[in-house]
Amino acid sequence: MSKIHVQCTINGEPTEFLCEARQSLLEVLREELGFTGTKEGCNDGNCGACSVTVDGVLVDSCLILAAEVQDKTVGTVEGLASAEGLHPLQQKFLEHASLQCGICTPGFLVASKALLDANPNPSQHEIRHWLAGNLCRCTGYDKIVRAVLDAAGTAE
Amino acid sequence: MTMGTKPTYPDMTDNGRYNIIGTRPIRHDGEDKVTGRAVYGADVRPADLLHGKMLRSPHAHARIKSIDTSKALQVEGVHAVATADDLVSTVDKMSSIGETTVNIRELASNSLASGKVLYKGHAIAAVAAANPHIAEEALQLIDVEYEVLPAVVDVLEAMKDGAPLLDENRTTRELGEDSGKKSNIASHNQQDMGDIQAGFAQADVVVEREFRTATIHQGYIEPHVTTVLWKQDGSITVWVSTQGAFQIREQVAEVLQVPISKVKVIPCEIGGGFGGKFPIYLEPAAAVLSHKTGHPVKMAMTRAEVFEGSGPAPGGYIKCKMGVTNDGRIVAAEAYMAYEAGAFPGSAVGAGAACIFSPYNIPNVHIDAFDVVLNKPRSTAYRAPGAPNAAHASESVLDELAAKIGMDPLEIRLKNSAREGTRRADGTVFKQIGCEETVQASIDSEHYKSPKAPGVGRGVASGFWFNGGGQSAAAIVVATDGTVSLLEGSTDIGGSRASMAMIVAETLGIGIDDVKPAVVDTDSIGYHDGTGGSRVTYATGHACYNAALDVQEKMAERAAQQLEVEEGSVEWRDNTFVCTSDPSKSLTFAEVAAQQGSTGGPIEGTGSINASGAGNAFATHIVDVAVDEETGKVQVLRYTAVQDVGKAIHPSYVEGQIQGGAVQGIGWALTEGYFYNEDGAMANPTFLDYRMPTALDLPMVECILVEVPNPASPHGIRGVGEVPIVPPMAAIANAIHDAIDVRLTELPMSPDKVLGGLQGSSQFGEAAG
Repeated sequence: MSKIHVQCTINGEPTEFLCEARQSLLEVLREELGFTGTKEGCNDGNCGACSVTVDGVLVDSCLILAAEVQDKTVGTVEGLASAEGLHPLQQKFLEHASLQCGICTPGFLVASKALLDANPNPSQHEIRHWLAGNLCRCTGYDKIVRAVLDAAGTAE
Repeated sequence: MTMGTKPTYPDMTDNGRYNIIGTRPIRHDGEDKVTGRAVYGADVRPADLLHGKMLRSPHAHARIKSIDTSKALQVEGVHAVATADDLVSTVDKMSSIGETTVNIRELASNSLASGKVLYKGHAIAAVAAANPHIAEEALQLIDVEYEVLPAVVDVLEAMKDGAPLLDENRTTRELGEDSGKKSNIASHNQQDMGDIQAGFAQADVVVEREFRTATIHQGYIEPHVTTVLWKQDGSITVWVSTQGAFQIREQVAEVLQVPISKVKVIPCEIGGGFGGKFPIYLEPAAAVLSHKTGHPVKMAMTRAEVFEGSGPAPGGYIKCKMGVTNDGRIVAAEAYMAYEAGAFPGSAVGAGAACIFSPYNIPNVHIDAFDVVLNKPRSTAYRAPGAPNAAHASESVLDELAAKIGMDPLEIRLKNSAREGTRRADGTVFKQIGCEETVQASIDSEHYKSPKAPGVGRGVASGFWFNGGGQSAAAIVVATDGTVSLLEGSTDIGGSRASMAMIVAETLGIGIDDVKPAVVDTDSIGYHDGTGGSRVTYATGHACYNAALDVQEKMAERAAQQLEVEEGSVEWRDNTFVCTSDPSKSLTFAEVAAQQGSTGGPIEGTGSINASGAGNAFATHIVDVAVDEETGKVQVLRYTAVQDVGKAIHPSYVEGQIQGGAVQGIGWALTEGYFYNEDGAMANPTFLDYRMPTALDLPMVECILVEVPNPASPHGIRGVGEVPIVPPMAAIANAIHDAIDVRLTELPMSPDKVLGGLQGSSQFGEAAG
């Protein structure tokens, strides 16, 4: 099977890769490029563990093909922290004990960042609505919602 | 975006008795888990890796007449195929794994079917190939000839004479004896206490109802994944996300019939388990494929495979009858419980029977418990296995009794509460427990005292879980700068590394960041029972405490050398090593650590335990719901979980266990369940149709932590992880009843059932009698 050459930007770094037409962005991120922070929970767009942004839009990376990100900008959990330290959301997730097993955490962080980028002062309901595409089975969401409220400075 | 302030919390250090226990430090593995660096099972990638995929049965019940793998083997990129013929034959032998025991022969035949397939999704053959796509394509070229047999997926149908038999040789074990009767009923056991007839004769009011629970899944977000390398020298390495590395080691050794010492299990970070990640599923096939190819082989389940081919929690049928006097004394309780074991025996009905009436002091009890096989996946543990189904029945009936005699539902629970000395129907007498205290705290809660808004229904329910102890080991290595490494072997599912480190730091008088905890592989630490049974903080915590005491003792000897005082004259006092005969001579922990090279070499401490005396857990939950009478949708508006936690080491992770368990219970109550079509196939094996709660479905979950210390723990710890899933189903059913005066008895209480109830067409009404 001949491969497709793709050029894109991942977490600010120009990147190129070869992929098969059938490979999802999730598969290429994890298996070809080593971005294993993006997790697979269902591979059919129902759990949000593979959340990334493409040109700033929150997507399930299992639902788009890798070949589709030609000339686009991809953001993964690995791009949240910087040399200066953790992103405020990452810090708040730790302070509020918002993770137990941690498998859904990268997806929640990417989704939460996309929320705060679009709406810096969300209400609790807006947070719950936005994050409804991300499943967490450990926490009951309470401490996740609190962390996002706190990071946004809108703690009730 | 602005940075909020650090969260503030009430003091839980027992008024300063502790420096670290009861505080909420950031977990040591936290940064790796928020940056994506943590290595889970799917992230393992040894060199020369091949990928395996599993062919699964499309039929719920069929005889395998032949398997032809020749075409699959010809596909370019395919390296090997495995079937049950590649496994050595195994015999009936029971082996303990986590919270249940398994029969090794059945475990092997669940991993690769031999002779018959017993449920849709039963594993048949595996292919190893250069990538998962090639393996998947090759699966389609495996020809399996089936003789399709009638299937049975309903527990009461499966129990009938003349039902399709899963195993023609299975006979019912009737009260421990082989009855000789061929049946899908694997066993029937009883519990009896007092005189049940006399008990009901004393009752002024009796309620009897039938209840149904659906098969449900633990729903961990990480699918099962394993990587196995079987080397030429006979050693086997397994990288896996599991709740019990040692249990995986032993199952692999038993099924493949190799010495335990040849198997090394490297536990990866785990993406949830809740009881479901104890058994082996993919390991035998991956091991055979590795043996045949000489490559490491990784196998991962898809989400549909997780639903159809791993171990869900049993659904079942319960008939529950209870009698009370007009002044609210429960005088008799009776239950008939039939649980769906799935394809092989071993449902949690025994635990369910031991839990069903355990929050109460009831003089006359009779329980019949049936373990029934049927054409569903082999059931396994799920958080307090067996207890939620049971409490759904008993706590609903108790609610109805309270209403009939005009008593507050928490008052009746308080009046009949189990306490120290109460005897359970299984014969156990309670030690120090916090059942009464938990109910009282619920009565005193702000939630219960607050008025209900119009149209809102409020329900309560209680729950019991045994909690576990068992075997654990820990080792502490002291560095010359006075920091320590802590090695233990309990998979960290919910922040347990932090709790272990807190116990060690507290004991050694050092900072929480001076302890570096690690969960290590099976070659590097002593045997551990698994991360289950709510045992880790209690039992592994005790092993860590023992290891810290061992370090302390050894360092006191070193300090004596260093101070040049008599051996045995140095004590650990106020976080300092002090000479008892001359208190002016003392050394800090760091000073003794610094000189270890010259006082005898590296300082290491070890601790090991087989902990008995796990303190039992009790919980009472309060829930407010609104019911949309037009659509049948139930919305949870407010939720409070009250629980005796013994002593909260890291209160945030204790709350996390409670909140997570309660929400799993909310899903079990309202939306989750396996739907079966007429061919016995699961109709909804996706997260779209198997509907777990999302953030939008829920309110915050308020936690009230009651601390009645467990005397068997040096810190008073009780397990906390499991009991919070026990009360929610009945609490919500009771709240729905309060809102719309309809008694729902079948889970999930989905909109169709609510509407059916409103229209008076409930499938299970009040039973006759």
